[in-house]
Amino acid sequence: MTSPKEKKATQAAEAGHWGQDVRSDLHVSVEPRQSGGLEITLESRVAPYYGDAIRTQTRQVLETLGVKHALVSVHDEGALPFVISARLETAAKRAGLGAGNKALPEKVRLPEASVRDRLRRSRLYLPGTEPKYFINAGLHSPDAIILDLEDSVHHAEKDAARILVRNTLRGVDFGSCERMVRINQLPLGLEDLAEVIPEAPDMVLIPKVEHPGQVAQVDRMIEELKVRHSLNRPIWLMPILESAMGIENAFAIAAASANVAALTIGLEDYTADLGVTKTLEGTESLYARGRLVNAARAAGIQASDSVFGDVGDMEGLLRWGETSRALGFDGMGCIHPSQIAVIHSAFAPSQAEIEKSQKIVSAFEEAQQRGLGVVSLGSKMIDPPVVQRALKLVARAKAMGLLPKEAARN
Amino acid sequence: MPERIELAHNAVGRRVPAMVNGKPQIPYLGAGKYQPRGRKAAPPVRSNKDYPESGDKRVPDLQTALQKCGLRDGMVISNHHHLRDGDRVALMALEAAAKLGVKDLMWFPSASFPSQKSAIDLMESGTIHHIEGSMNGPLGDYCTQGKMRGLGVLRSHGGRWQAIQDGEVHIDIAIIAAPTADAFGNADGSHGKSACGSLGFALADSLYADSAIVVTDNLVPFPCIPWQIQGNNVDYVVEVDSIGDPAKIVSGTTQITRSPDRLRIAELVAQFLRESGIMRNGFSFQAGAGGIALAFVDYLRRMMKEDGVKARFVRGGSTRYLVEMLQEGLTDYILDGQTFDLDAVQSIAGDPRHVPTSPFTSYNYHGKGSFASMVDAVVLGATEVDVNFNGNVVTHSDGRLLHGIGGWQNCLSAGCTILAVPSFRDRIPVIVDEVTTLTGPGELIDVVVTERGIAINPRRQDLLDAVKGSNLPIRPIQDIKAEIERICGGKPARPKLGDRPVAIVKWVDGTVLDTVWQVG
Repeated sequence: MTSPKEKKATQAAEAGHWGQDVRSDLHVSVEPRQSGGLEITLESRVAPYYGDAIRTQTRQVLETLGVKHALVSVHDEGALPFVISARLETAAKRAGLGAGNKALPEKVRLPEASVRDRLRRSRLYLPGTEPKYFINAGLHSPDAIILDLEDSVHHAEKDAARILVRNTLRGVDFGSCERMVRINQLPLGLEDLAEVIPEAPDMVLIPKVEHPGQVAQVDRMIEELKVRHSLNRPIWLMPILESAMGIENAFAIAAASANVAALTIGLEDYTADLGVTKTLEGTESLYARGRLVNAARAAGIQASDSVFGDVGDMEGLLRWGETSRALGFDGMGCIHPSQIAVIHSAFAPSQAEIEKSQKIVSAFEEAQQRGLGVVSLGSKMIDPPVVQRALKLVARAKAMGLLPKEAARN
Repeated sequence: MPERIELAHNAVGRRVPAMVNGKPQIPYLGAGKYQPRGRKAAPPVRSNKDYPESGDKRVPDLQTALQKCGLRDGMVISNHHHLRDGDRVALMALEAAAKLGVKDLMWFPSASFPSQKSAIDLMESGTIHHIEGSMNGPLGDYCTQGKMRGLGVLRSHGGRWQAIQDGEVHIDIAIIAAPTADAFGNADGSHGKSACGSLGFALADSLYADSAIVVTDNLVPFPCIPWQIQGNNVDYVVEVDSIGDPAKIVSGTTQITRSPDRLRIAELVAQFLRESGIMRNGFSFQAGAGGIALAFVDYLRRMMKEDGVKARFVRGGSTRYLVEMLQEGLTDYILDGQTFDLDAVQSIAGDPRHVPTSPFTSYNYHGKGSFASMVDAVVLGATEVDVNFNGNVVTHSDGRLLHGIGGWQNCLSAGCTILAVPSFRDRIPVIVDEVTTLTGPGELIDVVVTERGIAINPRRQDLLDAVKGSNLPIRPIQDIKAEIERICGGKPARPKLGDRPVAIVKWVDGTVLDTVWQVG
C-alpha cells in the first residue's frame, strides 16, 4: 500500500481499494502541500486505453473541489468515471480539502417517478462500497435495487460509501428499477440524507425503526432537502422493523407519514432481540411477520419480507417466498441476482388463480354493464371483497407480465 | 532478424508481410476465394525391412530416438497439446535436442502453454529459431516484444492440418505424447494415468512427418486398443516415467461461471437458440469449455428438456455437461475434438457414442467438406468484436498476444456463429470500432450476445426475422457500442502498435489475414 512520502501524516489521506482481486475500483492518496500545483501519478490496468482520460478527470475533479496543491497518486483497477470521482473526492475530504464542494459525475436520465403501490417483489441489496456490483445490477431486472449505507459498510467507510452512492444515483442507469437507499440509523442517517437526497432516490429505507418519531424525523429532513434542491419527485419511505418494540409499534410507524409506502422486517436483528434462533421455516417470526402485514394493510401500504440469506439454496428460497406471499407480503429482499427470478416466481399468482380471478372480473364487468348489483358466476353469488381481491390479483398479474397479450389489453 | 519486411494489403485492407520465415505468402483474398490445386504433401516411402519384425520399436530414450531420426540443425519438430498445461514431453524433446547440440529448430506445436516458458531459454541459446503455433503468457510476450528470430505464425486447428497437408509446413520429426501405447507405436489418449481423451491434434503429424516418435508412460502389450494413432506411421517408441502432470492435463471438474452477468449472457444465448428455432429435434451445436459456454450448455439442456427436444450430435471440447446430456439421451453422439475434464475422459474411454475426432474430419478447409459447417450453431468467445462483426481472439486490445486461434476460425463456418461476450471488461470495451487484430471476418459472424443485448449481423435477415416478436433484447451493435462508450467515459485510446511484424494470423485456407505488430 502507498504511504505518504513526507511526514505530514495529519494531512495525507487515502480512499478506495487496489490489488489483484479488486475490480472496477481504485485507490487514491492525496497529500496536500502549500505550493507546486497538482502532481499526479497514475498506475492503471487500463492505462493504454484510458490513462489520459483518468489523468484529465483527476485534475478536473480536484479543481472542482478547489484543491490547488497536492501530491496525488492513483492506483486504478479499471474503475468507471463515477467511481473515480467518488474516490478522489473522499480522499480529498479526508485530507481536509474541498469541504462544501462536490465533484459530481455526468448525470444519466432519471427513470420515471415511482408510484406508491408499484410492484415491489424483489429488491436487490448492493453494498455501498462495492462499485463493481452497481453497473450491471439493473440488467438482472429486480423490481428495485438498494444502495446500502448501513450494515454492509464498515464504520470507517461510511463517508466513502455516502459519496459513492450519491455518484451512483446520479451516474448509473438502473433501467426501470426503483432506486432505493438504505441509510444508517439516526442520527448518522441524517448525514446520509444530506448527501444522497439531492440525487433523487425513489425510496429510503430506514433501519431499526421503533417509534413513529424516527420516521417523522427522516420525512421532515427529506422534505426540507427536496425544497432546497427543487425536487418534485416522490421519495417514499420503507421503515425496517428489527426489534420487538418496532413490531409492537408497527401500525403507528406505518401511519407516521403519507410517504411511507411499505414496511419491512429485519429478521437477523429481530430474532436476536427475541433471543431465538432464526430457522429455515421461520416459525419464530411468524407472529412478527403476521403483525407487520396486518399493520401495513391497516395503513394501506405494502408489506415486504426480509432477505433469504443462503444464495446456494434456491429451493429453500422458493419455499420461503411462497410462504411469504401466502402470509400477505408483496415481496422480499435479495442479496444475489440469481435470487431474483426465483422470488418473482414465488410471488407470482398461479395460472389457476389468474384464470379464476379473470372469470370473476369478467362477471363483475358484465354485471356492471347490465346495471346489476349482484355479481354471479354460474350458480354462485360473488361477494364484493372477492371481486376486489380478483381485481387486485389480475392487476398484479398484468404488472408482472403474466397475462397473455390478448388479456393484457383489458 | 529480418531487416525490412515487405508488406501488402489484403482483401480486407490489413497490411500483411509478403514473405514470412523465408516463405512467400498469399494475402487473404476473402472467405472461400483461395482454392489451390495440385496434390497433397506426402511422407517418404518406407519398407518393413527397416523395422523390427517383432513390431517392437522401443529405444531407450528420446535422445536416441531423435538421433536415429537424423535430427539436425534447422529441422521442424512438432508436438500436440492434448496434455495442455500438464505436458512434459515437448520440453523433454526440445531439451534432448539441445543436449545433442542442434541449432535453429522450428518448433511446431499445435499450441503452447505457460508451463513451456523455458522454450524462451532454448530460443535464447539458439536451439529453437522460432515457433509456429499459438503463444500466450511469457512466450506470447517474448514474441510480441520482437525477441524471436523468426515470425510467429498463428494457425487455427484446421489451418494447421491444412498447412501440413498442403506442404506449407513440412514436419521432420513428430514427437507424440501418448497416454497409452504399445511397442509398435499404436497410441491412444483415453486410458492411462495421464489420460487426456482424444489425440486428434497429433494425427496429421503422424501421417505427414518424415519420422514419428511416440512417447508414453503407459506401455501396454500389443495391441493398444483403441488406437487413434496408427503404429504403421510411427518410427520409434520411448517409454518414460511420466508424460505429464495429470492434475493439469484434465481439470477435476469444469466450473460454470458464477458471475451473474456472464450467466445472463449464457441464458440469452440459449434463449436465442430456442426463440430462433435453431433448437429443434435433430439439431447440433458446439460450445467450448469457457465459463459462459458451460453455463450456456446448462441452460440449453434445461430448455431442451422443457421442450422435449433432442440433438443428433454435439461437438466437443467435451466436459461433464455434454457427457450428462449424452447420458440423459439429449444427444445421440458427442463428436469430440478435445476432452477437458475427468468425466469427459471417462466417457470417451467407455461410451462408444462419445467419439474422438481430428482436425481433418472437423476443421480442415482444404478437404471434401468438414463437420464444422454442418453444425447448426456454435458459441464462441472473443476479446474484441467490431461494428462490422469482425472478431479478435489472438491479442489483447493493446496488441499483446493473448491466446491461440484454436478451432475458433474453423467454427465460423457453422450455420449460426454466436460470439458470447461481455460488452466490456473492467473498463475496456469489447465492442469496438475496429478490432486490433483481425482473426475472423465479420461476414462469417452472425450474432453477438452481450449482457446488454443481442446484436444480429444485418447480413442475416433470416435470423432477424426468426426472432421478430420475441422478448429477446435485440439491438443494433452500434447501439450497444454507444452505450458502453457512455458508461466507460468515451472511446478507448487506440493502442500504440509498433511497425515491425512479429507474427501473422493465417486464415483457414493458408492465406494471411492479419499481422501482429511489435509492442513495447
